[in-house]
Amino acid sequence: MKSQYQNRIELLQGTLDLLILQTLLWGPQHGYGISQVIRTQSGEVLQVDTGSLYPALHRLEKQKWIKSEWKLTEKNQEAKFYQLTAAGRKQLAEERSRWEQLSDAIGAVLKNPVIG
Amino acid sequence: MDSRKNDDLEAEIQSHLRMAAQDKLAAGQSPRDARDATLREFGNISLVKEVTRGMWKGASLESFLQDIRYGLRTLLKTPGFAVVAILTLALGIGANTAIFSVVNAVVLNPLPYPQPDRLVALFQKYSEFPKGSISYPNFLDWQRMNKSFTAMAAYRNSGYSLYGRGEPERLHGEMISAGFFDVLGVKPLLGRAFAADEDQIGANPVVMISERLWRRKFGGDPNVVGQRAILDDVGRTIVGVVPDNFHLKIKNFQNYMLNDIYTPVGEFGDKRFRDRGSAWGMNAIGRLRPGVSYEQARQDLDRVSRELGAEYPDVDNGIGITMVPMREEIVGEVRPVLLLLLGAVGFVLLIACVNVANLLLARSTSRRREFAVRLALGASQLRIIRQLLTESILLGLTGGLLGLLLAKWGTGVALAFVPQSLPRSEEIGLDTHVLLFTLGISVLSGIVFGLAPAWKTSVSNVGTTLKESGRSFAGQRSRMQKTFVVAETALSLVLLIGAGLMLRTLASLWRSDPGFNPHNVILFSTAAHESLTQQSPAAVRAYYRRMHDQIARTPGVESSSFEGGATLMQDDSENYLWIVGTPKPAHTSDLPLFLVHSVEPGYLKTLQVPLRSGRFFTDQDNERTQPVAVIDESLAEKYFAGRDPIGEYLAHPGTGPDQQPPAQIVGVVGHVNQWGLGQDGPEALRNEVYFPFWQRDDKSMVANSRFNTVYVRTSPLGTPSIATLRQRLLQFDSGLVVYDSETLDKVVAASVASKRFTMMLLGAFAAIALLLASIGIYGVLSYLVGQRTQEIGVRMALGAQRSDVLRLIMSDGVRMTLLGIGIGIAAALGLTHLMRSMLFGVRPTDPLTFGAVTIVLAVIALLACYVPAHRAMRVDPTVALRYE
Repeated sequence: MKSQYQNRIELLQGTLDLLILQTLLWGPQHGYGISQVIRTQSGEVLQVDTGSLYPALHRLEKQKWIKSEWKLTEKNQEAKFYQLTAAGRKQLAEERSRWEQLSDAIGAVLKNPVIG
Repeated sequence: MDSRKNDDLEAEIQSHLRMAAQDKLAAGQSPRDARDATLREFGNISLVKEVTRGMWKGASLESFLQDIRYGLRTLLKTPGFAVVAILTLALGIGANTAIFSVVNAVVLNPLPYPQPDRLVALFQKYSEFPKGSISYPNFLDWQRMNKSFTAMAAYRNSGYSLYGRGEPERLHGEMISAGFFDVLGVKPLLGRAFAADEDQIGANPVVMISERLWRRKFGGDPNVVGQRAILDDVGRTIVGVVPDNFHLKIKNFQNYMLNDIYTPVGEFGDKRFRDRGSAWGMNAIGRLRPGVSYEQARQDLDRVSRELGAEYPDVDNGIGITMVPMREEIVGEVRPVLLLLLGAVGFVLLIACVNVANLLLARSTSRRREFAVRLALGASQLRIIRQLLTESILLGLTGGLLGLLLAKWGTGVALAFVPQSLPRSEEIGLDTHVLLFTLGISVLSGIVFGLAPAWKTSVSNVGTTLKESGRSFAGQRSRMQKTFVVAETALSLVLLIGAGLMLRTLASLWRSDPGFNPHNVILFSTAAHESLTQQSPAAVRAYYRRMHDQIARTPGVESSSFEGGATLMQDDSENYLWIVGTPKPAHTSDLPLFLVHSVEPGYLKTLQVPLRSGRFFTDQDNERTQPVAVIDESLAEKYFAGRDPIGEYLAHPGTGPDQQPPAQIVGVVGHVNQWGLGQDGPEALRNEVYFPFWQRDDKSMVANSRFNTVYVRTSPLGTPSIATLRQRLLQFDSGLVVYDSETLDKVVAASVASKRFTMMLLGAFAAIALLLASIGIYGVLSYLVGQRTQEIGVRMALGAQRSDVLRLIMSDGVRMTLLGIGIGIAAALGLTHLMRSMLFGVRPTDPLTFGAVTIVLAVIALLACYVPAHRAMRVDPTVALRYE
């Protein structure tokens, strides 16, 4: 339990948006589902705090990148499902390429041998 | 709405908790453990709700507040930058606010009367004079015959001696028609305005006094209405008090002085005032009927004047009526000057903005990485621009607030120097319009100076910025900074040229020869007691001979002269005259008009007007000798082209027993400028005639006996003061009131006061612009030198001489300066023609001004370049390279 906690990485603002949008690419999902998907897909490294998740979902909805709908889950329970909009898909593509640029850049810096 | 969203959020969280708990149950935990773990994992439910709810209320407001907090923090982190930026902006915005508050009050705000667009000013139109005085009988007929006015009212400047309330005092005032205040819609503070039956000959004498006078001389007595005031020789019943906030600055009304006394014009019985053929400084105002257009009113007035011309052909033929909207009459003349100043001060603000933009750009180097990281973390470019703009608008608003204080203080100071002739100056202040204007330009300048740096900062490429790892050659940014330097050099050059042209205008005005020498000349007016008009012509002459002697014998007086006609640059007096021998037109009103002076032999010596030919008056030209006249060279040229005017005769129009005999021309003198420096152009009335004061006929000697104006030339050493002269005159006649005393130098200076004011303000703006621009140039070059320290170090390590470094940096500055000067000159050539109407004796493209100003700017710009270049030269290669 303790080691798992230490391995958790605080998500940077903006990055969570990217992860949420990416998760929804596979289909509509509710808040609990999203947090589970991110956790399992990151190999239990990324823990999404509900205090970040719900504000992010509501903010993304306000920006019309996602939309929501109450539906029944497989287990026949009421849940609020979120779904990507067309604008959300575009946003996702943009954020992804920016992220890749940054990670390449940082990677390049880190790969350079230390001088001086 | 909100409660539904709250319920929805609650349901969403409950469903989350349910699903999480079920998963844990499925994983084999006990129901109790599952519930506890779920709640622990979820965290503080109400906090989650609160933060989530925060997303609903306008995300923009939330992030806006965040931007502001962040902006404030950033500014506080670099207080030096913030202080410089805010002060620069405060200067620019303050100057703009001050000038706008003047433009707003004088030009933009409606006049402070009800339905002000219905008000017009009326003049009698002569062939030479579109805005001449109206004869009283004509005015009464206009009033009766027009169909387009609710009411018309006449007024004429007048002076009154107040007796019985302390020392006799000369007061300014107006004779007005009964309906005068009704036309304007001004209500008396106390009592009432004049009734129609008080506005005619023989009526019970009444008076309205100003609030000022009421407080000063009547102790603010609430029962003043009904009391008597002795004005001249007449006891008048006070019927009303006029509030001090009543102002009206039009021709012959409050021109120089505030009015303290109003009397009904209709009771003024002077026979000549009631002569249709003569006009005595009377003008009129009117209020148009609702729905009547200016054009309809003009046509109506044309009909009236045509009918009068047919009825009284001798004096009204060819006479028209000029109607000017009141607002145009009051502010028409100053509008272009004020708009010019507003434009100029706008340039100052632009320069201030450019300077702050430069500062922001320099600062943005250090912040580029901050924003590159934020971009990488998903902030949009727009978001970053917004953040940066919030910061610059914060700067703008702070500068604006400080500027407002500066403006409030500055207008107070400036109003003390404002020429008396500025109309509506009493209305100047900070009202809602001004505050909105200041707010507007503060935000706008925040955007103007913030946008370019924000754009530049936000488009930084993430990869390259982070790779640069702090060392920035900043090629693009320095290009933008150089553009800014060029822009502000150009802007200040335009302002400097504008100020230079005004300076040259004033210089040529001062150099322009007014035709007389105003130095060491005092002038003043006297008002004798009313009883003098009851005396015989001989007694009046004797009285004035004694007054003459009294003045002449005052130590330090070199010469003096009475003036019973047009006083130089202060008022005017015209007559129709017929040059005997020329074809006599059928109607008097077709005769030429002449500026008429009535002076003593000492006039020529006192004012040092040159004698061109013949002789001037002597003591022998008196009531017992043949009437003579002297004309000026401009009249001689116009009416006697090629002939010798000496020996010819000038005749007064009219017939009958009062007819004065023609006067023989005995001399020609130089032309004097009657209208004020720079205002004696070909469009002005320039015919000047002098008649001897002592040859006035008996009737006019007595009729005009109360008032007189005196010029005194004093010796440059031991000049007698005006007070001494006044004392001497009071010894001679204790009932005499001496007033309006002034040196002629001041009178001449007053005629260029508004031009001087324009020049002073333009000069001040240009100086601020120059200062800001040189700071800008200095700042940018210092920055560039700082950026290139390593490069310079390398160059010097490789053997470059110090002089090479100096040349390298200087050439950058010189290029920017030259480009700015080129653009500035081009812009000035396009703009200065807008000033044409304000210039005198200098063309808008005056090469001397352009050249001199360019040199001044170039020298200062080069100085601003030299300091950082010199510093670059001192760079120690070893220190510079150590930074690597």
